[in-house]
Amino acid sequence: MSESASTPTPAVATELRAARSHVGRRILRNPTGLVALIVLTVMVLLAVFADLLAPMDPSKANIQDVLAPAGGAHPLGADSAGRDVLSRLLFATRFSIAGALWAVLIAAVIGVTSGLIAGYYQKWFESVSVWVISIIQALPGIVVLLAARAVVGPSIWLIMAVFGVILSPAFYRLTYTAVVGVRNELFIDAARVAGVGDASIIGRHILSVVRAPIIIQAALLAGIGIAVQSGLDFLGLGDTNVPTWGQMLSDAFSRMYQAPILLIWPSLAIALTSISLVLFGNALRDELERAAGKPKKRRRGTAAYVPDASGDAPVTHDEERADDRATLLQVDGLVVGYDQPDGGVKQVVNGVSLTVRKGEVHGLIGESGSGKTQTAWSILRLLPAGGRIVAGTVSFDGKDLAHLSENAMVKIRGRRIAYIPQEPMSNLDPSFTIGSQLVEPMTVTLGISKAEAKERALALLGRVGLPDPKKTFDSYPHEVSGGQAQRVLIAGAVSCEADLIIADEPTTALDVTVQADILDLLRALQSDLHVAVLIVTHNFGVVADLCDRVSVMQNGRIVETGPARSIFRNPRHPYTRSLFDAILEDGAARGPLAHAADRNTITERSAR
Amino acid sequence: MNAEPLLVIDDLVVEYPAKGFGKRPFRALKGVSLDIRPGECVGLVGESGSGKTTLGRAVLGLAPVTGGSVRFKGRDISHLKRKQRRALSDEIQVVFQDPYSSLNPSLTIEQTLAEPLRVKKMSAADASKRIRGLLDQVGLPANSADRLPREFSGGQRQRIAIARALALSPELIVCDEPVSALDLSTQARVLDLFKDIQEATGVAYLFVSHDLAVVRHLSHRVAVMYHGEIVEYGDGGQVTSAPEHPYTQRLLLAAPVPDPVRQEQRRADRRRLLESQREMEVQAGVL
Repeated sequence: MSESASTPTPAVATELRAARSHVGRRILRNPTGLVALIVLTVMVLLAVFADLLAPMDPSKANIQDVLAPAGGAHPLGADSAGRDVLSRLLFATRFSIAGALWAVLIAAVIGVTSGLIAGYYQKWFESVSVWVISIIQALPGIVVLLAARAVVGPSIWLIMAVFGVILSPAFYRLTYTAVVGVRNELFIDAARVAGVGDASIIGRHILSVVRAPIIIQAALLAGIGIAVQSGLDFLGLGDTNVPTWGQMLSDAFSRMYQAPILLIWPSLAIALTSISLVLFGNALRDELERAAGKPKKRRRGTAAYVPDASGDAPVTHDEERADDRATLLQVDGLVVGYDQPDGGVKQVVNGVSLTVRKGEVHGLIGESGSGKTQTAWSILRLLPAGGRIVAGTVSFDGKDLAHLSENAMVKIRGRRIAYIPQEPMSNLDPSFTIGSQLVEPMTVTLGISKAEAKERALALLGRVGLPDPKKTFDSYPHEVSGGQAQRVLIAGAVSCEADLIIADEPTTALDVTVQADILDLLRALQSDLHVAVLIVTHNFGVVADLCDRVSVMQNGRIVETGPARSIFRNPRHPYTRSLFDAILEDGAARGPLAHAADRNTITERSAR
Repeated sequence: MNAEPLLVIDDLVVEYPAKGFGKRPFRALKGVSLDIRPGECVGLVGESGSGKTTLGRAVLGLAPVTGGSVRFKGRDISHLKRKQRRALSDEIQVVFQDPYSSLNPSLTIEQTLAEPLRVKKMSAADASKRIRGLLDQVGLPANSADRLPREFSGGQRQRIAIARALALSPELIVCDEPVSALDLSTQARVLDLFKDIQEATGVAYLFVSHDLAVVRHLSHRVAVMYHGEIVEYGDGGQVTSAPEHPYTQRLLLAAPVPDPVRQEQRRADRRRLLESQREMEVQAGVL
């Protein structure tokens, strides 16, 4: 039964724990959360002050008042034994809620503690606890409860304690997953190296991550606890000396035809409490998940955003020799913006203009946040959610890609403009073979048969330098190395005879020796196929190796552009110069440790 | 004339247990020996999977050592209990690669920096003073203390991580790719910070990186790792400009030079080197 409670995802909570401090305040602004919280608070207050609020002793039977109607001494009437319903209801609230909380408390103590230990230390405790927890989960809860009732007698506390043990796997699994998720974070390692004790690490770094999901889980389980506890008492298995909602319901049920109104009060209490608990849990989760804040959709009719493409014109180097190659891609005044939660637009590309000629390699270089990748994505019209081309044109072979319909773009991507990504592994689908991922695009874009496409794919895999094309063709992505995966993606990019390849940091994720091989491959393919390449990178070495032309980007603008050799020989913009100054390649080595002996004697001297 | 080494790694073997019964454990380090003198920076270069990060983690007590020894000031620290290892926190510290996951996102900078100081039972007033000093030392404004990590850029976060490592004035800092995630210009500034701190405090570094140029810039001596072994170890300038081992030669010529003319030259050099090495392999196979 514990599985039926929807489990909050720890991953979400992990991500957003930084925003946690505001969750308490936000749940009060969430209407559902606020109402649920008010109902729960009222219930708890009624339970705590039952002694003061109840007009009479809940167990005092008066034969004259049997099934007395509401009014007079009994505001809600009297039950089949002549006991005051209001008083019983107030005390039943106390015992039902306490019983449920007791079960949740036991479940939380067992589940969270063992989950923390198993997740943090792992080893033998993990194996043992997983076995124990699985056994508990395999047992049918109700049967165990009935058996426990037969052994321990009709005590509400003992029965609910047993129920707490049955619920504990829900807390265990939640805590364990969350702890495993954070225990390999570097800040845990850093804390260990800093000499922080295990107890302190668990309390400070780990518990803070799992706290919110545990509260949500507890609210949901408390609802289940109330239902189960009432059910047992309804069946007459509880302690008859302790008034509970289940008992009141059971009593009312037996007199349903004489006084149906008696059913209302306990049912209402059970329903209100359970619903409030579930709604509170859901509201809390919603608020945690919403912490990032969604950007507002642009409303029609609001004033259009006025893009700002002002700024200095880039330093342009003169051509070294006449270049009569036709223009393939012409980006003009491109402005890219992201819609913000407050309705504004954040510009990340501020008026970029660049030209790529047929068969030319153009490098777009800049540091993180310079807008180089955003520029590349907007040419492909693959900006992430919230991003859009605010102004400017992207003319490619006579068409303006910035304003083309999505359907028309589909025909351009892959077929006319291909893409080589930065992370080769995450750009191959792990559930399909490499071969099928190469064949499918070819059959779609080139309209050739599967057999023909396979033949071409094998030839391409050989062409990109894979030693055994047949074997790679039949492999799944996890079976090849990162360098081989990048070769596969390059094969895919050239497979459909595109005119332009956009390569986004194609060698950044690779080792240096593999990078050199991939650069060699890109250069050879480019000169064979005369394809134009727009390569996005932060590495001046890559630019020096491959590019005919370079554009240097800073803060969403191109600051310097021209033939690669000219820029490398004579960088003119101060930013470009500062980048060149930061290059370490030509710097002097530090040399051997000087004065090592001197330093040693100094410490010896001071030690004396 | 050489000073007594601070850290001596001798024939170190690290094996990670394989998943499943009966499978052979994965041997990440196959008998590695290295030494670091006080105030020295030893660079450790290698590609992914070479075991360079594992070596750093073994020194920190975060990797399972199955053979050999790590001696710090003459004492073997490779098999310490958690409590003894904690006592070493004011002598060996760490700066990790990823400036994003190495700081707990829900703790303020002050809380993060205070953690090691609190362990050493420093009073709140002293700790606060020390934190101000540390922030100043790594070039961050004093008002950074009350802010959360997400308010800082990658380079600034790495400065915070450096401040945390310096908090207890250690004698050795293991730096695991500390500038790899940073932009070019930020990288140069953080490297200069490392150098300045070393010159001011005399701390020793084990500086792990995949980038020969970075290591060359900062290291007195350089060790090159390949498949869990050190293949070349010696003077930084020597190893990074005129290496002897074939792998180091390949590594050196693989990195593209930021100059189109010289890169063309290097490309040709690399092609010649690969051919000659292949020929030698063939000859060795024939013989």
